[in-house]
Amino acid sequence: MSLTRKDVEGIAHLARLQMTEAELAAYPESLSKILTLVDQLNAVPTGVIEPMAHPLEGEIQRLRPDGVTETDAHRKYQANAPQVASGLYVVPRVIE
Amino acid sequence: MTLHTRSLAALALGLTAREFSSVELTQHFLDRIAASNGALNAFLTVTAERALSDAKRADALLAKNQGGALTGIPIAHKDIFCTDGIQTTCASKMLKGFVAPYDAAVVERLTAAGTVLLGKTNMDEFAMGSSNETSHFGPVKNPWDLAKVPGGSSGGSAAVVAARLAPAATGTDTGGSIRQPAALTGISGIKPTYGRVSRYGMIAFASSLDQAGIMAASAEDCAALLAPMAGFDARDSTSVERAVPDYVAGLQQSLKGLKIGILKEFFAEGLEAHTGARVQAAIEEYRRLGAEIVEVSCPNLPLSVPTYYVVAPAEASSNLSRFDGVRFGYRCENPRDLLDLYKRSRGEGFGSEVKRRIMTGTYVLSAGYYDAYYLKAQKVRSLITDDFKRAFSQVDVLLGPTAPGPAFAIGDKVDDPVTMYLNDIYTIGANLAGLPAMSIPCGFVNELPVGLQLIGPHFSESQLLAVAHGYQQVTDFHSRVPAAYA
Repeated sequence: MSLTRKDVEGIAHLARLQMTEAELAAYPESLSKILTLVDQLNAVPTGVIEPMAHPLEGEIQRLRPDGVTETDAHRKYQANAPQVASGLYVVPRVIE
Repeated sequence: MTLHTRSLAALALGLTAREFSSVELTQHFLDRIAASNGALNAFLTVTAERALSDAKRADALLAKNQGGALTGIPIAHKDIFCTDGIQTTCASKMLKGFVAPYDAAVVERLTAAGTVLLGKTNMDEFAMGSSNETSHFGPVKNPWDLAKVPGGSSGGSAAVVAARLAPAATGTDTGGSIRQPAALTGISGIKPTYGRVSRYGMIAFASSLDQAGIMAASAEDCAALLAPMAGFDARDSTSVERAVPDYVAGLQQSLKGLKIGILKEFFAEGLEAHTGARVQAAIEEYRRLGAEIVEVSCPNLPLSVPTYYVVAPAEASSNLSRFDGVRFGYRCENPRDLLDLYKRSRGEGFGSEVKRRIMTGTYVLSAGYYDAYYLKAQKVRSLITDDFKRAFSQVDVLLGPTAPGPAFAIGDKVDDPVTMYLNDIYTIGANLAGLPAMSIPCGFVNELPVGLQLIGPHFSESQLLAVAHGYQQVTDFHSRVPAAYA
């Protein structure tokens, strides 16, 4: 499997990653190598095999009562935010 | 005997007998860190003040005879574990300056057990790497040879223990990140069963594979630390409700009649000859200890690496979407609009290997490709898991090398990701199947340590530790320390 620069630009957009010129030049080759490695899987017959859902057989998703378990700590959490105002996260204007 | 070469049990004895205090012990390690960390780059943050205050608290408990087996024992945490009030970076520019608002479960439990926090260790960025060269804060050096890598991703923790800058350090293992660096630095490390140790507060990489574990000089030390780490935690939905055995007491299990399976696929082409010879010598040692050696085969195991490089990047691309420059972490300068904010914050905040994995994951999950890649990989994962199940119907434990060769030179494999990925060829299988596995030192090649890997059925940590301990009772590779750090 071989990816072009245009493919890489498309994937980078989906992944919301801004690429530098140098990265756009280098990634097609390294990503193609990885996909070539992965292509080995195509040779494996897996017709009736169930895809693995969980590493431990029989484990089920646990449920808990729908109660309040956490108290408000937004000031502590927002101390790590790049920009806040009035307890809100600030981003560039979305609606004109 | 010097303090830094003593076992945890010996340190605990010294503390309870008042031969030395926890403050003295902690200061001893802080002095060693100050002397060596400049060259090794193994710690990202040294929490000297916190360590000494933890130690004082431990000494107060010890004075009242209220200490436990780990009270006053200094340890280090991999910088992937959140530590309340202390910078937690995952070795990424993205999280530079991020001060965790709470403790990870592992940190919380080891603190409650009385351990002293020396600091946070360097690692591959977001645990993605096998050489510790992807860290935003520079590579970690191998204490056995500063020109060599310590392995990764828990390379900082491995180097810290190998150079005896701490008696033990936590690690995480998604595809070999505890075992491979343990092998390359000559220490012992265990990756427990998936779900055995809570991942609450451990920064996520690939959620169907990630597991926390411990790295120390010996299996005995690993057992002492794994005991308080393991057990159910409602805050991690993958945590398993199951009693935790007494790992320290379990070390005494006899190896007589134990059936050890030698994995045929682990001794095929690709294994460096001298490394293979050291592992063969260890097999003979086990035979002398009374174990029965049987050859077994897991024919799908060679597909581990391609399977992993679909599953892990796919899950990583999803997990790392939380880093968007809005709620925490790096934000680019002067974003034009929201899209620009996302793209540049992520483009500038993540390093090149992390971006490569996000791109791989995004691609294999994108419309039209899901069945061909992710679904296919999960089916092959079932085949690999079934292979292990069949093997464990014949034997108690599987044995093989941890890595294909000893530590390689810094810079040697950075240009070709696939060559780097093949370092984990023997370790990834256990992650795909959720099995517990450990690496212990079994000799040297060109004065560099070689690791022996043991893999067990689900929740067989107690037996694995005993199998490792039995070997360490008749060998001394685990007590060797690089000359510069003796």
